This record gives sequence, C-alpha cells and structure tokens, in this order.
Amino acid sequence: MASTIKPRAQHKGGYVVLKLIISHPMETGLRKNPDTGAVIPAHYIRELKVQHGDTLLAQLLAGPGVSKNPYIQLRIEQLPVGTDLQISWLDNRGQQDSTTVTVTG
Amino acid sequence: MKRRTLLQSSLAAGLLGVAAGAGLLRPTTVWAAWPQSAFAAGSVEQALQHLAGATQLEQSDVVRLKAPPIAENGAVVNVLASAKISGVEAITLLVENNQTPLVVSAQFSPQMRPYLKTRLKMAKTGNVIAVVHANGKLYSARRKVKVTMGGCGG
Repeated sequence: MASTIKPRAQHKGGYVVLKLIISHPMETGLRKNPDTGAVIPAHYIRELKVQHGDTLLAQLLAGPGVSKNPYIQLRIEQLPVGTDLQISWLDNRGQQDSTTVTVTG
Repeated sequence: MKRRTLLQSSLAAGLLGVAAGAGLLRPTTVWAAWPQSAFAAGSVEQALQHLAGATQLEQSDVVRLKAPPIAENGAVVNVLASAKISGVEAITLLVENNQTPLVVSAQFSPQMRPYLKTRLKMAKTGNVIAVVHANGKLYSARRKVKVTMGGCGG
C-alpha cells in the first residue's frame, strides 16, 4: 500500500527544507454526519517523528486542531545531500505509517 | 513465566515513554507520551501549564509569527512560526478561541532550525499564538486572524 506521507527534502545550501503532506482526516470528534446526525469520532495524528537513523531530529505532538491532510514544513541543518530521513506518524487509534525520504540537492 | 516477562516489558516501555515525553529528545524509536491534559485544556494558560509547566510568557520580537489577517476558511489557516534566537527546544502553536487551544507542539533537537510552517483550524475570529521554548523561558507572539467561516466542525 502506498504511504500516506508525501515527503520532499531539498538542500538549500545551509539547511534542508523538509516538506510533508500527510493523508489523514484529522477529525476533531465535534462534527456530525449530516445524514444520520451521528457524531463522527475523533481520528487524528498525535505524533509525528523525523529521524535520521538513530537520531530523533524532531517530534511533533499534535491534536485535531491541525488541518485535515496535515502540511508540515521544517528546516534541518547538517544533513548532506543523499541522507535518508525516516518520517513516521501515530494517531489516536493506534494506527501508524512511515516512509523514507532522501535529501536532494 | 512468559506472561510476567511481557507485562514487565510493557511497564518498561511505558516508563520510557513518560521520560521521553518529559521534553528530552533521545535517539529512540519509542513513542513519547502524548500530553493528554495539555491537549484537553480549555484555555491557553492551562494548556501551557500542562505542556511546559509554566505560563509566564514574554511577548517578544524574537518570535516571528505569520498568519493571514483574514481567513476565508477557518478549516485551513496557514501559519508560520520561527525564532531569531539559538537554543530553541520547541515551538508550540495555540488558537486562543478554539475549544481546546493547543494545536501542535514541535520538539526540536539542536540540529533543527527554529521554524515551523503548518495549517491549522480556527473555530472563529481570534488570536493565533506561537510560543517558543528556549533556554528555560517561553517567548510568544500573537496575530489576530478574522475568520469568515469557522473550521472546527459542528
């Protein structure tokens, strides 16, 4: 199955720009189904990690206030072109996904 | 014998998770404890108290916060927060008038530039607040965003 994470890591000379778009509903648990009136249960990413091998570079602690299909942009130093980064997320239902992205020049 | 070992492993993993969640970024594949009470808090002050153990904010121009003056769609508001100082451990974003103001807290290793760009939901017009955690202090900036159509649902 294709990853829910679409990453791009580009070296800008001095730092790497990491852009992520993640497919995830980020439901607040406050919305109601317009047809049935039933509350749509909360379903959102709680944690997102950016790792380089054993090193945890960044960890985002998130809630449903982040927009649907989260867009995240970060800047990372000391990462040469060709470095592999591991991106992973965990949501409130225990679902997870991860992917690897290589830094391009 | 095997069952006892399994339970002990779960406890160890839980403790590791709590330690990691205390704000210390370690090279680890164990997920840090998600700060439930901070995300459930109904005010900015309570959220920061649970998240950072402090509420004293220094309004400061070391924090740069970009948010649109008017957001047509409260479900998707572009926000950029960055800092002009070194030693930044985290950047946290809050939306003052959301039912639960804490949106996201990005914990950074020293290799990260203090920079976070994302999209967040706003229930109604009000302030977006960026808090920079650095050198034992909390610095903040806020921007008022007028929301035409609320974006939290309901």
